[in-house]
Amino acid sequence: MNWKMTVETTTETISRWGVVIFPGSNCDKDALDAVGRICGQEARPIWHRECSLDGLDAVILPGGFSYGDYLRAGAIARFAPVMEEIVAFAGRGGLVIGICNGFQTLTEVGLLPGALMRNVGLRFICSEVYIRVERTDTPFTRRFRPGQVMKIPIAHNEGNFFLPSGPLRELEDNGQVVFRYCDQNGEVTPESNPNGSLNNIAGIVNRGGNVLGMMPHPERRCDPLLGRPDGVDLFRSMIDHLAGR
Amino acid sequence: MSATQTEAASVRNHLRSGTLAEAKAQGLTGEEFERIKDILGRDPNVTELAVFAVMWSEHCSYKSSILELKTLPRSGGRLLAEAGEENAGLVDIGDGWAVAFKIESHNHPSAVEPFQGAATGVGGILRDIFTMGARPLVVLDTLRFGALDDPHNRYLFDGVVQGIAHYGNCFGVPTAAGEVMFDPSYSGNPLVNVMAVGVVRHDRVTRSRAGGVGNKVFYVGSRTGRDGIHGVTFASEELTGDDEAKRPSVQVGDPFAEKLLLEATLELAKSGAMVSIQDMGGAGLTCSSSEMAAAGKVGMELDLDLVPLREPDMEPWEIMLSESQERMLLVAQPNREEEIREVFERWDLEVVEVGKVTGDGILRLSHKGRVVGEIPAWYLALGGGAPQYRRESRRPAGLDELAAFNPLDLPDTDDPAGVLLTLLADPDIASKLWVYRQYDQSVRTNTALEPGRGDAAVIRVEGATKGLAVTTDGNGRYVSLDPRQGAVQAVVEAARNVACVGARPVAITNCLNFGHPDKPEVFYFFREAVAGMGEACRALGTPVTGGNVSFYNETRGQAVFPTPVIGMLGLLEDVSRFVGSAFQREGDAVYLLGRSGGDGLGGSCYLKTIHNRIAGPIAPVDYDLERRLIDLLVELAETGTAGSAHDVSDGGLAVCLAECCITRGENPVGVTVDLPPESTLAAHLFGEAPGRVVVSVSPDRSGELEELAGKHNVPFRRIGTTGGDRFRWSGCFDISLTELAEPYYNAIPSRMEG
Repeated sequence: MNWKMTVETTTETISRWGVVIFPGSNCDKDALDAVGRICGQEARPIWHRECSLDGLDAVILPGGFSYGDYLRAGAIARFAPVMEEIVAFAGRGGLVIGICNGFQTLTEVGLLPGALMRNVGLRFICSEVYIRVERTDTPFTRRFRPGQVMKIPIAHNEGNFFLPSGPLRELEDNGQVVFRYCDQNGEVTPESNPNGSLNNIAGIVNRGGNVLGMMPHPERRCDPLLGRPDGVDLFRSMIDHLAGR
Repeated sequence: MSATQTEAASVRNHLRSGTLAEAKAQGLTGEEFERIKDILGRDPNVTELAVFAVMWSEHCSYKSSILELKTLPRSGGRLLAEAGEENAGLVDIGDGWAVAFKIESHNHPSAVEPFQGAATGVGGILRDIFTMGARPLVVLDTLRFGALDDPHNRYLFDGVVQGIAHYGNCFGVPTAAGEVMFDPSYSGNPLVNVMAVGVVRHDRVTRSRAGGVGNKVFYVGSRTGRDGIHGVTFASEELTGDDEAKRPSVQVGDPFAEKLLLEATLELAKSGAMVSIQDMGGAGLTCSSSEMAAAGKVGMELDLDLVPLREPDMEPWEIMLSESQERMLLVAQPNREEEIREVFERWDLEVVEVGKVTGDGILRLSHKGRVVGEIPAWYLALGGGAPQYRRESRRPAGLDELAAFNPLDLPDTDDPAGVLLTLLADPDIASKLWVYRQYDQSVRTNTALEPGRGDAAVIRVEGATKGLAVTTDGNGRYVSLDPRQGAVQAVVEAARNVACVGARPVAITNCLNFGHPDKPEVFYFFREAVAGMGEACRALGTPVTGGNVSFYNETRGQAVFPTPVIGMLGLLEDVSRFVGSAFQREGDAVYLLGRSGGDGLGGSCYLKTIHNRIAGPIAPVDYDLERRLIDLLVELAETGTAGSAHDVSDGGLAVCLAECCITRGENPVGVTVDLPPESTLAAHLFGEAPGRVVVSVSPDRSGELEELAGKHNVPFRRIGTTGGDRFRWSGCFDISLTELAEPYYNAIPSRMEG
């Protein structure tokens, strides 16, 4: 499988991306498509038993139901052989983004703080939501304007971000909250919080700023056919960062 | 008894002859029992009897329906497989692509256990699609429940929706269309019809017929347990088992296992290592093995000791009849066995060689070193030697009276605004956002038009510029009044719906939900509905690719509304040209295309909701007009002329226009309509006469629209202009969009979430 396409060639050096496939991942193709076909980068699947991420510039943990999520979302995926490599890769400063089930897995493995509990209302929610960009100085958001509002879908059962009050304050004080659920005008309100997440948190980074976890699906809003392509600038931000721009 | 004694008793038991009483207990008739003896030239043993009983059941043999189904148009230019020939229908969409699609019911399991019943319904239809080598692109669900004021109906509705969500979301297929309706007739017997659509390259289609004498037969997927063994009720004293055999037979779905099966199966379909593969669905190993053998005109030997079991000491008949989920049977190409093992094992799935293809046409089962069954496969299978009956049909006494009722004799409405708000709050018409919000609609990034945004879902064909438009339609209320016209309307509305989003209707699948086929009145509805469906499909050039019949939908002797559900496939050559149903901009010209024949109040939502009556004649369909309308709608989409298109159906023109205003999401666009009544106000606003579509166009393109309508000879009339935040109909009402949206969006959540 080779997803390298030459749709856009704004970068001289093409970055190399890996998309992890756990048994039960189901947004892997979507991520490969967004980075490969839409953004013109080299993107390849990484099998969960692989033990080397050599030569990769960025890694995506995609959405889905790894191992069926019959235990707790991401709780088994964190033990997959590839995860040890991802922890090391992140430790070396490599860019890692976990989307939906990927975010859940990153919290389970300890690369990101917090936990994703069942949605308030106890139902799966698939819906377009608005999220506000809180930080534009991360490798993931440099193409956005401060406070910019993205319209982007969520599709999850367990997206209710939780952290005890002390660590939550720390997370906020460190400026690790990157995306918050908001309304159309960028106001962070209780009504715009779809799943009960504390402080309307939709996405966070680690202290080093190189690991991002988010519940909404930017890869589903890269192709204009599917709606306003608000998600594409997230991947292009990363591409810029990797190209040293 | 010692273990050896138990085993010996068990062997004696399944080798002894089955009796007439046992045959009857399993649903066979005395005549059928005699026929089995003739076929075998001896008495069947208990295992063989159980195999015959399930294969000759209505569910597997279609014995009451097949003669009627044979009257349907089942071939045509784009069909790559005749109806019933493969696991699902197969249609060519050009450039080397084919679409596999099918709809199936899971009504009774869902009535008993709504969550797992619906979930396993999704699982079963998905396997039918990917066993053909096709990756499922989209799932649709047609649901019917009793009225929501009954807590049990709410429990069923909630459970079914969550079950569908659980399975589809985890498997990773968008659930992006369908319909939900409510009527007391469905109380206790909900309808859960699931349709799946997949795409495959022509050269990677995997067939279901076994072939190649000596080829190895493999069992893959989950283990076999005692779940789902029903229709087989041996008296306990005649078996060695006791209460163990009677445990509740609820099948439990495992979408994770199914996802692994999908990926492994598609990998092997691509490599060509399999001769054929089939899902073990209804009647499990029995059905898959006998149908594969019969279709390939070969035999098959199975060693039941090799079948992976979830619990030890299962009897041969239990192994053969188990309906444990997420299992498949496949025939390997010679010398490709290792490749097959490698792929399934890489996906952490069990893969076991359990038999081989033989040349004698016999399904031969062995167990603990003995042959426990030898049956000519052809006699078991649908389309082979399974029985077929012509059932008695009688027009029910009250139908003429119902049809003679003239809705125009009722006093006309004097509160059109109030009626409109009432209709928008009717759960049949109200937004189903509460339902589809629980379904992942956009996974795999191919969903161009999501539910609630258009008259059909639009899905990109992965790797191509083409798109598919899919919808399901079927109004049981209409069919209960006039089965022929009701079925015609279902086909025609489905075709119009896909045309509204810009697709050309290509072919249908169908799910026919009726009561007991032995009741002549029930069978009359069935026969007439099949005839109507055939007539409409011939008229529109959309052949029937296959489908499913579900009889026995009754509670306390009362049948559900006769409900034929049509699943329509439409094709867009350029997926980016799709058209949604909501008004897009202020200042667009609004047109009514087509022409109404009759008042359209017979069987209407208006009569049901306002006058509490289900009666009246069902409006006739003008096929010529419908065909021209379809051509026009497709051209309006292809040329980018139409800003929106929405067909007039439940609730009539007023509801249609209200939906155009309020379904855009934030920033809805209102409309001012000027269309004076030609008949009663009720018929004018709420009549459901077919053949009508509301489109909006930007003012600079209205000339183009009129020209195209003229070219296709479709009557058109400019009825208004979009803009503002109100729905104004001069002389009728003037309502704010907020006021319209409130009942429309809250009707279902307020009932379900209290």
